[in-house]
Amino acid sequence: MRHSRFDTRLGLTATLAVVAFLIGPVLLSVTAGVTRNYFVGLSSGLTLDWIVQVWDLYADTIWRSYAVALATLAITTIIGVPAAWVLTLFPGRLSRLLEELLTLPVAVPGLATALALIVSWGSVGWLRSSVAFIVIGHVLFTLPFMVRAVRAGMQGADLMVLDEAAATLGASRRRRFFDIIVPAASSGIVTGALTVVTLSIGEFNLTWLLHTPLTKTLPVGLADSYASMRLEVASAYTLVFLLMLLPLMVGLQWIAARSTRHGGLGLGAST
Amino acid sequence: MTHPLTIRLDNCAKTWPDGTRALAPLNLSIDAGETLALLGPSGCGKTTLLRMICGLESADEGGRIRFGDDDVTQVAPEARGVGVVFQGYALFPNMNVAGNVGYGLKIRGVDAASRRRRVAEMLELVELEALAERRIDQLSGGQRQRVALARAIAIEPRVLLLDEPLTALDARLRQQLRVDLAKLLKTLGITCVIVTHDQEEAMMLGDRVAVMSAGRLEQLGAPETLYRDPASPFVADFLGTLCRLEGGEVATRHGVAALTFRPHEVELAPPGQGLPARVQARFFLGSHIRFELALADGQRFTALAAPDAIWQPGDTVSALIEQARVA
Amino acid sequence: MGRRRAWLVIAAPAVVLFLAFWLLPMAKLAGIGAATPQGMDASAYWLVVTQPRYWQSLINTVALSLGATLATLVIALPVSRFLARHPDFPGRRVLMSLLLFPLAFPGVVVGFLVILATGRQGVLNTLSKALSGDPMVLAYGMAGLFIGYLYFLLPRTIGVLMTAVEGIDKHWLEAAQTLGASPWRRFVDIELPALTGALTAAGAMCFATAMGAFGTVFTLGTRIDVLPITIYDEFTNYANLPVAAALSVVLGLATWAVLYVANSLAARTARGN
Repeated sequence: MRHSRFDTRLGLTATLAVVAFLIGPVLLSVTAGVTRNYFVGLSSGLTLDWIVQVWDLYADTIWRSYAVALATLAITTIIGVPAAWVLTLFPGRLSRLLEELLTLPVAVPGLATALALIVSWGSVGWLRSSVAFIVIGHVLFTLPFMVRAVRAGMQGADLMVLDEAAATLGASRRRRFFDIIVPAASSGIVTGALTVVTLSIGEFNLTWLLHTPLTKTLPVGLADSYASMRLEVASAYTLVFLLMLLPLMVGLQWIAARSTRHGGLGLGAST
Repeated sequence: MTHPLTIRLDNCAKTWPDGTRALAPLNLSIDAGETLALLGPSGCGKTTLLRMICGLESADEGGRIRFGDDDVTQVAPEARGVGVVFQGYALFPNMNVAGNVGYGLKIRGVDAASRRRRVAEMLELVELEALAERRIDQLSGGQRQRVALARAIAIEPRVLLLDEPLTALDARLRQQLRVDLAKLLKTLGITCVIVTHDQEEAMMLGDRVAVMSAGRLEQLGAPETLYRDPASPFVADFLGTLCRLEGGEVATRHGVAALTFRPHEVELAPPGQGLPARVQARFFLGSHIRFELALADGQRFTALAAPDAIWQPGDTVSALIEQARVA
Repeated sequence: MGRRRAWLVIAAPAVVLFLAFWLLPMAKLAGIGAATPQGMDASAYWLVVTQPRYWQSLINTVALSLGATLATLVIALPVSRFLARHPDFPGRRVLMSLLLFPLAFPGVVVGFLVILATGRQGVLNTLSKALSGDPMVLAYGMAGLFIGYLYFLLPRTIGVLMTAVEGIDKHWLEAAQTLGASPWRRFVDIELPALTGALTAAGAMCFATAMGAFGTVFTLGTRIDVLPITIYDEFTNYANLPVAAALSVVLGLATWAVLYVANSLAARTARGN
């Protein structure tokens, strides 16, 4: 089919403008993070000093963010994969209601979820002061993404029939779950896992209210540096964060390109 | 209806951007008021040819398309005034039946009252008066086909193009609509091109049939001519089953290198008269029986016999091949 | 069926987690919103709807979110159509990756990027001073927030709309074309109606996301009067838990309701087709 020339020109212009709008500031940030003096400009020379300074100041937040993300991943996998299988097995009303409910922590602003957690569980001292409190928040926020990704993987294969076939061969439920269902859903689980880690590493809205001075994560540290550090340090810290995201996003896009043609990633960081 | 037009294609070829040739350079002239059926297997270029006539694909440099005296090669599809029935019908889901049929008129700025009249007329023609307000997803396949047809002819097109108009329907309905469509095309008297991969459909609807293969026009002619006098084995085979036997026994009995024939041209008789053959399978099909046979050297062929034929698998028979032709 | 039912038990951990750490806490929060804050004479819910400074904040948030949603849809539509219709465009994969990468940026980072682009030391200000001599600083007010919202909404929307555009049967457009419809008429009569469901769903997602955005505002400056900041202020600076709770519940209900209604509408139009 021929496209009207106006359509193509408008589309191309809009696309390039949007890419410039989205990527331009990222380039500014990367540049600022390695420039000796951003206000003077690139002529002041390039340096890795700011990144070293970020490492000295904030290394603990980076490690903590990884730890929180991995703990979140472990929990969402252990409870999310079985939940996804149950939702696939029972495609009725009740199951739609359950999925709708599990998605609420994403639909409702993180601030509200965080306040609710604080008023209900904040008085439990050991919990309030540990990273576990943050992990709980992250699990609530990321679980729907894991469930959705795994379900999408399960619907491709005709798993219900496979499960019944395995049952007639005498396999117990536990065997069937680990021998049939988990392998068939593996690509969905990988997508879900990358999504969960990406979202957890970047989660701010819940974490800002749930953290204590001793449980700062990377985004909390970022907010801190934006408010109190010089622009170059803030930019260098942002650069470190972007480098952490990069392999995760590349992995997600690689999987998405392999499985389906269209471009939507089922992902959305906390805003 | 406007006066029917001739369509002439001169030196029209189509090469895709990746370099594959969809259509070799082709000259074709379609008479005014004639229905031409483009017949061929999928990928033979017949739909590409149809899309070139309506302007949705442009011919390679040097190709020319004329409607009557007008050169329409550079004319955009929206200005060509062709009515097209798409494969799968492409009815607009956001409009009801009347909305679909009247859409082309609305585009042409026809006022609401005349539009209503014309839509009613069209729906009467395809016998769907009662369904004017129906949503598209409430229609059966056959009804959709007729809405698509009404939508295409409502704009009083100079040329009517139909892309596999009956393929989406089940076999019984297809038979019925084939008859209806043939009648309607005669009534309209419009120049019409119909694309199909079904030889029976092509022969019933086309005044002439153009058989295509691998981007080339194999043969063009009246259905009878094509069937009786195929220009190539491809054409012969595409218009019904064609059997071929060669060498050995065939050469001795018939004095030719090879023999091609159609299954109904074989008569089966007790052993001793024609080519000796062994019955391998027998299928009772109501109006006739289909036999799968093999010569002593293993060559296989098919024969159709009257429903009272008594041969059973394992029997030895002799095959009398009536209109034996040299291949 | 009975055999299948035995599977239900493995969904229990997810359900328990949800009940213990989300539904019950949320119910408790809703209860707190019914309490009377110190020195006031009515429940927090009543205060939230009657006191101008709260509903002004609500109106600001709704207006800003609505504006950002509309602008996002208008910008994302031509981009999505272009990318969906030109699958062989050279560099398309790179463009797609660049467009989708910001999906992973949290609000705080988006806020910082807005400051780099339109803040006091931003490119925009430098350019403006060089060209006209006048400074141009947008970052720390509503305009900056609007830019930030566009920044995180565009990648979310483009993916969704692209899938929808790819789903349009191209024969519909060709049929309209042979019936004489110009590109503009084909867009208005065929394409837009086919995209209504996706536009509604994407719009609702944008609106809900914008309504609850906190990180972006937090970086740009806590003086911008939108609901998430008001909630945060009431909770941390004034220790006014009932009002913070009431505002959270109102905000949560509003965003959930918008998403729910839009998704049911989108599902209905999808079935209608």
